[in-house]
Parts: sequence; structure tokens; C-alpha cells
Amino acid sequence: MLQIISLLLENKPGALMRVTGLLTQRGYNIESLTVARTLDPELSRMTIVVDVDASQRQQVIKQANKLINVLQATDLTETPAVVRELVLVRIKMPQETRTTVLKEAEIFGGRVVDSSTEGFAIEVTGDPEKLDEFVDVMRSYGEIDVTRSGALAIALDSKKLRLQPPVLTSAGQASRPVPSETA
Amino acid sequence: MSTLMSGARMLLECLAREGVDCIFGYPGGVTLPFYDVLYDHHIRHVLVRHEENAAFAAQGYARVTGKVGVCCATSGPGATNLTTGLVDALLDSIPIVAITGQVPTKLIGSDAFQEADTFGITRSCTKHNFLVKRLEDLGAAVHEAFYIAASGRPGPVLVDITKDVLQGQGHYQPVTSIHLPGYKVFTEGHTGQIRRAAQLIQESERPLVYSGGGIIAAGASAELREFVERNDLPTVNTLMGLGGLPSEHPNFISMPGMHGSYAANMAFSNCDLIVALGVRFDDRVTGRLAAFAPHAKVIHVDIDPAEIGKIRNPDVPIVGDVKRVLAKLNKLTSEEKPAPNEKLTAARRAWWHQIRQWKLEHPLQVSTSDTEIKPQHLMSEIDRLSGGRAIVTSDVGQHQMWAAQLIRFGEPRLWVNSGGLGSMGFGLPAAIGAQFARPDKLVFSLVGDGGFQMSIPELGTVASNGLPIKIIIMNNGYLGMVRQWQTLFYNNRLSAVELDNFPDAEKLAAAYGFKGKTIDKPWELASALEEAVREPGPYLLNVKVTPFENVYPMVPAGGAINEMVLGPPQPAAVPAK
Repeated sequence: MLQIISLLLENKPGALMRVTGLLTQRGYNIESLTVARTLDPELSRMTIVVDVDASQRQQVIKQANKLINVLQATDLTETPAVVRELVLVRIKMPQETRTTVLKEAEIFGGRVVDSSTEGFAIEVTGDPEKLDEFVDVMRSYGEIDVTRSGALAIALDSKKLRLQPPVLTSAGQASRPVPSETA
Repeated sequence: MSTLMSGARMLLECLAREGVDCIFGYPGGVTLPFYDVLYDHHIRHVLVRHEENAAFAAQGYARVTGKVGVCCATSGPGATNLTTGLVDALLDSIPIVAITGQVPTKLIGSDAFQEADTFGITRSCTKHNFLVKRLEDLGAAVHEAFYIAASGRPGPVLVDITKDVLQGQGHYQPVTSIHLPGYKVFTEGHTGQIRRAAQLIQESERPLVYSGGGIIAAGASAELREFVERNDLPTVNTLMGLGGLPSEHPNFISMPGMHGSYAANMAFSNCDLIVALGVRFDDRVTGRLAAFAPHAKVIHVDIDPAEIGKIRNPDVPIVGDVKRVLAKLNKLTSEEKPAPNEKLTAARRAWWHQIRQWKLEHPLQVSTSDTEIKPQHLMSEIDRLSGGRAIVTSDVGQHQMWAAQLIRFGEPRLWVNSGGLGSMGFGLPAAIGAQFARPDKLVFSLVGDGGFQMSIPELGTVASNGLPIKIIIMNNGYLGMVRQWQTLFYNNRLSAVELDNFPDAEKLAAAYGFKGKTIDKPWELASALEEAVREPGPYLLNVKVTPFENVYPMVPAGGAINEMVLGPPQPAAVPAK
């Protein structure tokens, strides 16, 4: 089933690769992935929708939390959350259906972002299923091109973020907790 | 205070501050600046004959000391050759740091000479990795690498450094703090859960301690010993946990699993409580999961939260350092003595009686023959000479299993083997690392004729450094474990498993300048091994053993752990499971 994972991670080269690698090495298909920096430019927020066997969902979250660059991984699949996606549709249709297309777009809360004699470019945001319907409707009026952003999600309850404090070292030397036991 | 120095010097400075005294490596084009500063530095560099063996040697060093092992390789093929050793360390949770050179930053992505995407390739081979493209990032990356490798669940960390960083000049600021906000290390263990665990242990009629590599990694064998003695608990040590509780300890049963003892596996199948300490319920231990320890509640202690519930859902999960958790458990059980309970005492006594009974019914057999050397005979002779005190590194296969069954280990960090990945060619380079780390110890490198032929080049390293390693080849002329499976499960169609043309061991050793010998008579065995041990330098002893011996007991793959094949099919019945 589809799992929605929200990740807070360090905005560093390779961080994305670690997350996607974690999923691909287990043979999971990523349905969508969005990532952008947060208010703190050193951090990124990532939303992943991935097809994971239900029994493995918790393990995926634990493995993601193990990644050094990941500050927090949360499963939003069954927790209260808002999921939104943006779609951009370019539609070419005959002159006589222009008004109808506009009305249809309005029903979905769409906004025309470009208009030409050939047709429109329309943006719509909404939950992914609603966007599916919108795309189906547009297809019935003409020739379309579609780009979707992938899902973005935010939890409705805030989850406490526990960050690890810096570890002091005496110039590197004490940074190594060596097990005391050597025979 | 900061000093102007090259990146290569800075790297060396960082390594020295981390207490590194020995690096196993192989130089190349982009690591030249590093090898130049290494030339007159006190850190010892050991030139191996293949990068894979540098990683194995670093592991050998780490496994016998608990300190971080260090290996080094150049870009491209040097780095890709390290990968097997890195994955091996990852699966066995061994702390090593690998330093690799990378082509100059400007050339990255241009298919430059000896360029490989080391950072990408080793993502899944390591606990964490770094690509250093700016000199100012170097110090932090190296110190963070050591910290990550050694803390929490230990593992391999790779630092890939571009040539321009090694060549650049900069000011070195000693790193005084490591800031990894997302790196969570759980050490303490939940007090409430520990209390619940203590209660379950006290109430259990048929408890079993399942102790693994985590006990060794945490340095918790003293706490383990106190724990099993205080509660008089029967204990099994996994392949990775051998030596965690001394083999001679009265509470020790033996190793469980696919080639574990009858008693250990029966104990799993009949216990009512498993106290799992630093283990991961590996498939080679559990057999068919649905049939594994069906009556048991589980207390699972591990420092890695992802291990809890990964394979088996525990009744009491405890995320923490097993050393600290056991110390707390010991404190709890010493403070709170349960009221005497006759029924429970009787049940415990019956449980112990049953376990001893299983041990007597089907002990691990040391079979001998008058005409041929049996592999088990070889192991028991090594065991006699070691007396539980020598370091034994093993390769992978039949000899590894017989060694694990029959050689005793009196303390942790003596038994060195590739458990999780099962990398052939591990035994000899691991012994090299172990002998460098413990020059005071007798080191047996116990290898099969297959694995040995993967690491023959390292005889050069052994010879160059005069390492007094006793290389014992259990030579059955076959890839024995694969042959065993072909015999048992593929109608004895022996496909690509016969190793003929094994070199003359005496001549081979002589070519490298040390002593060697081949024996095949059982009456020669004891004296030949003694001679090898007496020899002040390296020794290569090729022991030709009977070729078609199978390792028993055996739980066929996918079988339940209590459905063991205890001996050769009689007469020709092959287990159907």
C-alpha cells in the first residue's frame, strides 16, 4: 500500500540519495517525492509517497531515522495530515469549448496561468485523487499535457523534534568511546 | 591556535588525534600527497597486496581491540576493491574508517582516469560516508567519521577526499565538538521496560539467554556473566557472540542455529522466555521463523531501534547499550530478591536437567579416524593448543562452522570471522590486522583451501612484516560447504566445487621465505600443529582432511530449528524439508 513519509533532513549533498537508496535497495517503488528547504536553510523537508508492504512500514521509518542526515522521519499514512499536490495542465481544444473548459476548471478551483488561441495552461491544487478527476475531465475536452508536483504533506499535530546536542571532544581525542574491555 | 599545513598533513593530524597507530592500505595516483606525508610519520602503514584485504585487515584490527580500524585506498579501482570489506563490516557492526582518494574536484564527473563514484557506490556499503571537496570540511569529516564508526551500533564509515583537498594548504583548527543533530544514539534503556524485563526473568520457568555480537561490541561480557550467574540462566552465544560468555562457563550451552548444537536449538524451541542481547534474529539462527521459539516471550535489548521488531516482535523492547542495560538489570535483581517460590525453583531445575539431557543425547561430535584426518579432529587439536586463549580468525564455510562448534574461547575478541556477509578470503587478511593489533597473541588463521586461494597474495604481507601467524589450511579439496549442499539437496551433482591443483604448501611458503608443510595422516596432526606454534615466524600448515565430511547438526534452509539433521543420511535418506 502507499505510505506517506515526511522527513526532516539536513540540506547536504547526498542526503537525498541516502533516503532514496534506502527505499530502492529494498525494491520499493517511489510514487512521488518532493523536497525543498525549510525556514532553516540548513534543513530540507521531504515528502515521499512509496509503495511499501504494510508489515514493513514501521521498519522503513526506523531505517530512515537511522540515517545520519535525517533529523526526523514520520509516517503520515494514518495520522491526521493534510496532503496536497499541484498539477499543471496544458490543454488544446476547439474555440467553442473554451467557456466550458473554464467552468470545469473553476469547479476544481483551477486557475488559468496562460491563455492562447490554442488553449489554456491551468493550475490546480488539491488532494491527489481530486487531481486525478480533474485530469480526466480535461482529457475529455482536448489534447492535454500534464505535470504533477507529487504529494506534499504536513502533519496536523506537531511532533516533538529531539535534536542531538553537540558532542564535546578534546580536539578529537575523546570522540571515540572505546569499549573498555580488551583482554 | 591554527597552523598552516597541507590537506594531507591535516588528514594525518586528525588520524593521529584519533589515536590511530596503524593503517592498512594501498597507494595510488590521487593519494600520493597523503603517502608523502606518511613517509616520515610515526603512524605505521601496512602495505597489503589488494585493497579488499586492507578493509579485512582493518576489521581484524578492530575486532580484536574494539578500536576503530583504518584502511586506505586510492580512487576508482582502489575504492571499488574496498567495498566487500565495507559491507562485511556493515553486516557484522565492526567499526572501521576507510579513507579513499578521489580525482580532483574539477574533474569529478568527467570520466577522469581512475574515477569512480565512490560516494554513490559506498552509500549502501557504509553506516555513513563523506565526500570532501573543500579543505575546510576535512577535519570535521574525519572526526565525525570516527565518532560515527565507533558509537551507537558500530559500523564502517568512508571518507572520500579529492586530490586538490589533499594538496591544498589551509589552517588546521582542532575539532573540539561534533555536531550531528540527526544522529541518535540510545544508550540508557527505558527504566520501566528494564523493570518489566527483570520481572519476566524472575517469573520464567524455562528462560534462555540469546547473546550475540552486541555483547562483544559493547564490552559487556562481565555484565553478561554476572547476569547469567545471578539468575542461573542457560545461555547460547551466536556465531558473532562466541567468547561473550566463556565456552567453559557452566551456564554456556553452545552456539545455536543452522549448525548449532542440538541442545542449543532444542532450548530455543522449548523455552518460555528469550532474553535477546545484542542479536538480530538472523535467519541462520532462527531457521523457519514461524516455527522459531513458539512458546517464548521475548525481551530484546539492542542499541539499534531498527532491530527491535524487525524479525520478531518482542514483548519487552529495550533500546539501549546492552552493557548499561545489563548493569541496571543486575542492580535490580540484586536489590529485589523475589519471594521463594518452590514451584518455580522446581521448574527451573527441571529445565536445566532437560538441557543437560539434550547435551548428553547429542553432543557436538569430535570424530576421529585412524587413517584420515577428520576436520573435527583438526579443530579439537587447535582447541587443545589454544586453550581458549589464542586468537582464531576463520574464513567462510565448513571449517568456520566446525571451528565455531569445537574451539573454545575464554574471552571476547578472540574469535574473528565474517558472520553476516560470509566473505571468503576474509581469514588471512583479518589475521594480519589482528596480529598487528595484538603482537603478544598467538594468532591462528584457520582457512579452507578455497578461501585461502583467494588470499594467497597476502602471504607477501605476512612475510614482509614477519608476522608469526599460524596459517592452518583445512584442505578437503572442495568448496566444502557448497559441496555439502550439492550432496544433500542437489542429488550429489558436484558442480564446480572441486579444487584440484592446490599448490605445494612447503614450496609456497618457502617462496615467501617461511616454513610450510603438508600433512594428511592423523598421527602427524598434533606434532605438526605444535611445530607450527613453536616456529617464531609465520607458518603455513596444509592439513589434508577427509574430503566428504559434512557439518552436522544441520537445519536445512527453511527448516524449523528443532528439525535438525544430526548426522549422515542413513543409509541414503535425504531430508525432505
